Amino acid sequence: MKQQITKILFILTFVLMGCSGSIRGVGDMGLVIERASGRIQVVETTNKTILGGVKGLGDLSHASAVYSRDGRYAYLFGRDGGLSKVDILTQTLVKRVIQGGNSIGGAISQDGTLVAVSNYTPGGVRVFDSTTLELVADIPAKGEDGELSKVVGLVDIPGQKFVFSLFDAGEIWIADLSEVAKPKITKFREIGEKPYDGLVTPDGRFYIAGLFGEDGLALLDLWNIEKGPRKILQDYGRGAKKLPVYKMPHLEGWAIAGGMAFLPAIGRHEILVVDTNSWEEKGRIPVHSQPVFAMGRPDGRQVWVNFAFPKNDTLQVIDVQSMKVVKSLKPGKGVMHMEFTPRGEHIWVSVRDGDRVEVYHTDSFTKLTELTVEKPSGIFFTSRAHRIGL
Amino acid sequence: MLRIFLLLIFALSFSNSTKSHAEELTSQRQAALIHMLKHDCGSCHGLTMKGGLGPPLTPDALAGKDMDILSDTVFYGLPERAMPPWEGMLSREEIVWLIKQLKKGIPQ
Repeated sequence: MKQQITKILFILTFVLMGCSGSIRGVGDMGLVIERASGRIQVVETTNKTILGGVKGLGDLSHASAVYSRDGRYAYLFGRDGGLSKVDILTQTLVKRVIQGGNSIGGAISQDGTLVAVSNYTPGGVRVFDSTTLELVADIPAKGEDGELSKVVGLVDIPGQKFVFSLFDAGEIWIADLSEVAKPKITKFREIGEKPYDGLVTPDGRFYIAGLFGEDGLALLDLWNIEKGPRKILQDYGRGAKKLPVYKMPHLEGWAIAGGMAFLPAIGRHEILVVDTNSWEEKGRIPVHSQPVFAMGRPDGRQVWVNFAFPKNDTLQVIDVQSMKVVKSLKPGKGVMHMEFTPRGEHIWVSVRDGDRVEVYHTDSFTKLTELTVEKPSGIFFTSRAHRIGL
Repeated sequence: MLRIFLLLIFALSFSNSTKSHAEELTSQRQAALIHMLKHDCGSCHGLTMKGGLGPPLTPDALAGKDMDILSDTVFYGLPERAMPPWEGMLSREEIVWLIKQLKKGIPQ
């Protein structure tokens, strides 16, 4: 009898293992958004391969993703208001809800229990239970003018809080969800004209909103919120004609290295360098065109920059110590996004119009491989699961 | 005043030239324009033109809107509202052609 049970258990184990493939961790995994196909490709960075696709995710233009704290589940925020939970280990769609009309990004709470989505329509933030995707809180972004505002720059900060900006109203709000049933909102009015994106420093202390409607950025010290936001880099465009912006820069991937922050300047062919103690400008680095993402290699020694239409075929690498561009690469038209492997030895690059993702060595700049991916845009690795604000 | 003047000039200039030139857009150029519309205009207006940071450009949203004003908006942009001017990248004819496609609806 006992022998039989052992035998059955042995067979069962074998069958189950056969079903799910061999046991693996998720630390070297990630996903690439196929923006036009409503699909993602799950990838792994050790052998640099595609593990499989997950489809049926709706309009993924401008889609982004965050991860559960165990790295197994990706939450995808689609343009059509879809919130999808995907199991990247089995490459299956676990659940999908349409939570708004037009959304732009999301964040996951410090403890991983809440997923927040920022919406353009209806302007506001909705918060969901990360297990069930049930709506637990709805925060309409009604600005001082009484109108619903588009919400941008939503990030998580320590203490079950989310911070975001109101594009139309020019406000920054902090939503404290430590009591989910009773969200506490702190509002800062008149923070600047048309914040277009926001970010939080990796330590969760400073929230910064980029301003489209004026020069400069709004900075909020989250350890001392009673002081309110203040403007920084107000002079960076003075006297110069602002160029038309064909693609809004993103601040999410900003780079902090050696006490300096590297930010894409909106409407200028420059990366701005800011001292993160004084928040004074420390320099400007001329680059190829208008930057979109400026992303720091995890060791902080390099910053990689991509560019807006129509010069989006190029990538440039800035050496942080010398504050100079040390390498220009031309992967091809539509370089949309880049993502470093967790410790930064490689960078994965989406080349939208070439229908491929390219992988480069970050020291030698050698191209290591190419993967076929349909109209790739955002690349998100599971290492984001353990970083504040990503 | 200058704006109205310019508007008039352009309204006049393409009432003469639009038709003949629009028909000259090669199918290759048309494909490139649609690609640009979806992916580059789409970064603000949405890949499916349902809107984003920029307003929706669906047939419903554009219904009844004046072609000259729409075309001017694309050509000169609306700096206050983050719309860049496409002058220099797109010709007037191409802009009019694109707006016509938007009014019909872009195949997904």
